[in-house]
Amino acid sequence: MQKVAIAGASLAGLAAARALRRQSFAGEIVIVGDEPHPPYDRPPLSKEFLTGTATMDDIALGGSADLDVEWRLGTPATGIDAPTRSLRLADGTEIRADALIVATGARARELGNPGGLTGLHTLRTLDDAIALRADLRPGARLVVIGAGFIGAEVASSARSLGLDVTVVETLPTPLAGPLGPEMGGICAQLHGDHGVPLLTGVPVSGLSGTDRVEAVELADGTRLPADVVVAGIGSLPNVEWLAGSGLEIAGGVVTDASGATSVPGVWATGDCAVIRGERRSEHWTHAVEHSMITVAALLGDTAPVRKAPYFWSDQYGARIQFAGHHEPGDAVRVVEGDPDSRSFLAVYERDSEPVAVLGMNQPKLFTRWRRQLRATPQEA
Amino acid sequence: MSQPVCPLSAIPPGEAYRWETEPPVAIFHTEDGEVFAIDDTCTHQDASLADGWLEGCEVECPLHASKFDLRTGRVDAPPAKKPVRVHRVEVTDGTVYVELSTEAPNLPPGPKPPGVKP
Repeated sequence: MQKVAIAGASLAGLAAARALRRQSFAGEIVIVGDEPHPPYDRPPLSKEFLTGTATMDDIALGGSADLDVEWRLGTPATGIDAPTRSLRLADGTEIRADALIVATGARARELGNPGGLTGLHTLRTLDDAIALRADLRPGARLVVIGAGFIGAEVASSARSLGLDVTVVETLPTPLAGPLGPEMGGICAQLHGDHGVPLLTGVPVSGLSGTDRVEAVELADGTRLPADVVVAGIGSLPNVEWLAGSGLEIAGGVVTDASGATSVPGVWATGDCAVIRGERRSEHWTHAVEHSMITVAALLGDTAPVRKAPYFWSDQYGARIQFAGHHEPGDAVRVVEGDPDSRSFLAVYERDSEPVAVLGMNQPKLFTRWRRQLRATPQEA
Repeated sequence: MSQPVCPLSAIPPGEAYRWETEPPVAIFHTEDGEVFAIDDTCTHQDASLADGWLEGCEVECPLHASKFDLRTGRVDAPPAKKPVRVHRVEVTDGTVYVELSTEAPNLPPGPKPPGVKP
């Protein structure tokens, strides 16, 4: 193994490079990224970076000076030639390596905007955040479409900047997917606590305006006046560039648990990859931890133990943390605190075994429960 | 100058004690019986490392999963970029003594997040 090429210069790609060096890989590493920026941390884009309390320097992932990596930033990968393990780049060059790691992540799902109205944003990249920040003027009316974590965090940040914010959600209960309807409903009450109306169970039918967006139209005829609109309606894996490469693609690059794809010598990890039989994970911690597992497999080393999935969301000053595997039908029990006080810990149980845990403003207790989940038998 | 902090018996193996000095210090008693002292505040954002996940000689921040090496203070996993200070620690006659580092601490940037809970 002399050379590893990594497609994707965000958290998973950088974590893979770090893992390679930490496991004493002394060969060449090339990292290819479509964005011009060196790796940065995305979670603050909807929070501290949006409100201006964190700068670009603060959110740079950094620490890459001693990595000895050849960076090819601002140059998207356009294809893979599997037999020669080569990465084709948009500038026409080709990188031949002994192993390829695909870590091209995901992008924001776009809302239809046939009129090409301005004032409509998604939030995924640093450039998205810079553009949105410029539009978040105190007193402006913001409508957030989608009450998932990104939508809720943007609503929270905009509210703290003095905007008039409304959140609309197609589902009857926000966050029902990741947290279940009961806890999703409790977390969504944070909007109302902070003067942000939440409209649920109503699809958006379209946007209206001439050049710039003026309102969001709902399917029930409601018209929500808006100066700025943010669509937080999910993400799509960046895998189209792999068409014709021979890699199996099904809602992401399909891999085994270690990140091995259907093509020998080609690995995939992070948001763009989906482990066979599982759901595609977009968690920050998955990008870090799974890329380490992938690198261990690639080098033939012992892989670190896989931990229970873990994610967090900081919104309206509340720290929401979730770990484990939640399924419909799990029993949920509040074991500490009280949802009404916005400080509690809830445990999800299946067959009387804890399978997941949710904390709001309970980091210490949450971590204790999260550690216990590690020993819990994990379902595939 | 070494200062007495607490009896070692107050920190079960695998646990940590937060010493309310300024800035606060976290004292870890590992499963292997070693004792370490580092700054308690994560260098990424305001969080108590004593509340974190101790595994071997490494602690994971309870909020955003940054990891620090207890022996050196080095960042083992992002998003933190700056190390925590390490303080010299000694256990004498069952009491934990800590000698505070004279280096400047790497406290997290910026004010606390806006919109503190109601």
